[in-house]
Amino acid sequence: MTVTPLGIPRRMLEFTLDGEEARVPEGSTILDACRAAGKDVPTLCEGDTLRPKNACRVCVVEVEGARTLVPACSRKAEPGMEVRTDTERARHSRKVVLELLASSVDLSTTPKVAGWLQEYEAKPDRFGPDAARLNEEPKIDNDLYVRDYDKCILCYKCVDACGDQWQNSFAISVAGRGFDARIAVEHDAPLTDSACVYCGNCIEVCPTGALSFKSEFDMRAAGTWDESAQTETTTVCAYCGVGCNLTLHVQDNEIVKVTSPHDNPVTHGNLCIKGRFGYQHVQNRD
Amino acid sequence: MDLHFGDSKPTDEERAAVDGLLGPPESSWEGADRSDADLRWARGGREARDRRDLLLPGLHAINDRIGWISEGALDYLCRRLTVPPAEAYGVATFYAMFSLKPRPATVLHVCTDLACAAAGAPELCAGVEERLGLGSGVSVERSPCLGLCERAPAALAIKAGDPVRTAVSAPATVQDAVLAASSPDSAPEEPPAALAVPQAGQDGLMLLHRVGAVDPSSLDDYRAHGGYTALRRAFELGPAGVIREVTDSGLVGRGGAAFPTGRKWQATASQPDRPHYLVCNADESEPGTFKDRVLMEGDPYALVEAMTIAGYATGAHRGYLYLRGEYPRALRLLEHAVGQARARGLLGDDVLGQGYAFDIEIRRGAGAYICGEETALFNSIEGYRGEPRSKPPFPVEKGLFGKPTVENNVETLVNVLPVLTMGAPAYAKIGTGRSTGPKLFCVSGSVQRPGVYEVPFGATLGDVLTLAGVRDGLRAVLLGGAAGGFVRADELDIPLTFEGTREAGTTLGSGLVMAFDDSVPLPRLLLRIAEFFRDESCGQCVPCRVGTVRQEEALHRIVERTGADAAGDIALLREVGRAMRDASICGLGQTAWNAVESAIDRLGAYE
Repeated sequence: MTVTPLGIPRRMLEFTLDGEEARVPEGSTILDACRAAGKDVPTLCEGDTLRPKNACRVCVVEVEGARTLVPACSRKAEPGMEVRTDTERARHSRKVVLELLASSVDLSTTPKVAGWLQEYEAKPDRFGPDAARLNEEPKIDNDLYVRDYDKCILCYKCVDACGDQWQNSFAISVAGRGFDARIAVEHDAPLTDSACVYCGNCIEVCPTGALSFKSEFDMRAAGTWDESAQTETTTVCAYCGVGCNLTLHVQDNEIVKVTSPHDNPVTHGNLCIKGRFGYQHVQNRD
Repeated sequence: MDLHFGDSKPTDEERAAVDGLLGPPESSWEGADRSDADLRWARGGREARDRRDLLLPGLHAINDRIGWISEGALDYLCRRLTVPPAEAYGVATFYAMFSLKPRPATVLHVCTDLACAAAGAPELCAGVEERLGLGSGVSVERSPCLGLCERAPAALAIKAGDPVRTAVSAPATVQDAVLAASSPDSAPEEPPAALAVPQAGQDGLMLLHRVGAVDPSSLDDYRAHGGYTALRRAFELGPAGVIREVTDSGLVGRGGAAFPTGRKWQATASQPDRPHYLVCNADESEPGTFKDRVLMEGDPYALVEAMTIAGYATGAHRGYLYLRGEYPRALRLLEHAVGQARARGLLGDDVLGQGYAFDIEIRRGAGAYICGEETALFNSIEGYRGEPRSKPPFPVEKGLFGKPTVENNVETLVNVLPVLTMGAPAYAKIGTGRSTGPKLFCVSGSVQRPGVYEVPFGATLGDVLTLAGVRDGLRAVLLGGAAGGFVRADELDIPLTFEGTREAGTTLGSGLVMAFDDSVPLPRLLLRIAEFFRDESCGQCVPCRVGTVRQEEALHRIVERTGADAAGDIALLREVGRAMRDASICGLGQTAWNAVESAIDRLGAYE
């Protein structure tokens, strides 16, 4: 018999979201409520498998009585709260945050951001041609994945996935301070000298493509990367008995990258090096 | 947690520095040579990891001994504490006083901040750099405010070794600063703290009355001057009684946020979760602020007593005193004071024979303004990067080590002593209705007698400036620090109270009053403030991390421009500033634009 866990029943609480009554289970965030109500609030550092870090501040909303805007991704809904998601004030902050990011970071592979820049009428160019950028070169120090920190918005998701939230390898951390802060292994050494176990769970959560499969990186460089020509097939990893789900991304009959469904109740999108990168034998035709 | 260490080995000296703090390693799991016994057991789990909070003291130990932190030394420290090297690297690179690259054993920090810049810091820097070039054995670093504004310009020399030696040169000449750096031991003794208190010895002082009157290293002298009467009174009242007194006194926090102290104590005391912690925020880093340094150097036992009272009232048995890394003399005096108090039964398992256990641990910051933010300070003590946490939950509920914590500024705590000795009603009569008690102001800049001044709340800006002997040609006054605001020379009737400054559209902040005359070009000053925030942003949230950079760039562009030529960049500054104020995680980003905005709006800086 299959038992579906229902969890502890949660009380519902009521608050006002953009002038309308919202009813959400206790413990929900404002973002949960927005999504349930079909409202689109942009997010970058929020991850469906990670605890909210609320570092990017692109999801800020206005809460009646609060001195500052609040991040929707982490602030829990409270009974009687009055939340507005689309005020001039919230839109202004989102616009400026997008401008600040787009003027300093390469967002060319960040999904959805082009649409948000348009929607919020962001003009990243207005900081002038001399505006400081990250100016990082891609770090290619192993055959499996590439760290292109020119695309890094410092959302901390890779650090959290590598650390105590998932992998417990603690191979990377934020180093330095302020605008000079970067994700790095100790002493900024190559990955091959670090505690990295190449599970690729950091790639899974990276929202900007700063971390990518070497295969994807090379194909993008060669101009052959074409997501529209790719199929995604979810299957079960054959390496061990855990039975993790793999989603194989295939272009021209070649596996080009491997992801894992985030809603899998056992693995939550996490894999090990074998499931993530050990697919070459599948396409060995000799 | 499967830790991975590199091949680098510590030198004998690096090992000795770490072992000096942590004791010798017990097994190869902690970095000792491997013995047969080590093969049959493993050290790990929670117990091995629960000393993470010694990471920052460990980094200090290495940096103090060697002058910088090598790969081998960091690795060894990580083995000893079961900390992942990547995380330790992230922590070490967070602090300005540490270097992960080789550098000379002596570092001379030359303050280039507001008060010092106006007092000739650029010339001092140039002169010192010329004398102490490559091969001199001294690395010259431009530093944010060293908290020596009453003796600007200032320089602090730190010479690594066993023990580490420090020397302060202030007011510094090129000659003095070079001497302090090349032989800290033979540099002239710093003048006593009382010299920073022009009112020293006057009647009626409540917070500063012992500064200059007592020997700061003598517990007997402190007790002869009324010390420890407040603690005895606290034991008579009981914890709830102390909180009632503090609440009735109307005392509010002096660190800048002006939160009612009694309410904070009550909220912490009533938390069922245990243990409770007390944290004293002595990470005084707001440019132009030095009142806490003067209190700690002039009357260190007062802080020890006040912390004991706060701990007693809130049910804490351990207090952490987080002291700014740039305050070596305060550190020396407080370490001595805590040791003396412990030896005499005023700290320890049975304080004053009352059956109450309390002890104080001093933790040293390492050059990060952000660690003065209350939750960033918790992270710093715990051995993580000093990044602010998001609130809620608030510290009274989940603070240090995730436990209910009350955190107070030095001046706030010291105010508790007169509250208890004179009683809440008498204390509440001082000052105005909503700002009660005495207040310390750090007056510096264009005045004849810079220093810390104690006045009852209600005195006007003009009163305070007159006390300090303001010089002719006053152009503007900065209130509250780099996160505060400028006011005009014709606004001297602003009452220096929380409500008075708020009504005037400015802030009291940390109690800073810095006077500027016509000789200082305002745009340069604003650029320095913007540089300060760019350097001190922790980098966690986008509005502050990138916003402070964009603001500095804009202020750089208009440093020589006015009127229509500057209008575009001023509009840009306003837009970025508004988003920083609205969307930053913590007070640093939220207030980083305040002073510049006030200079544009109130002083017409670019007109």
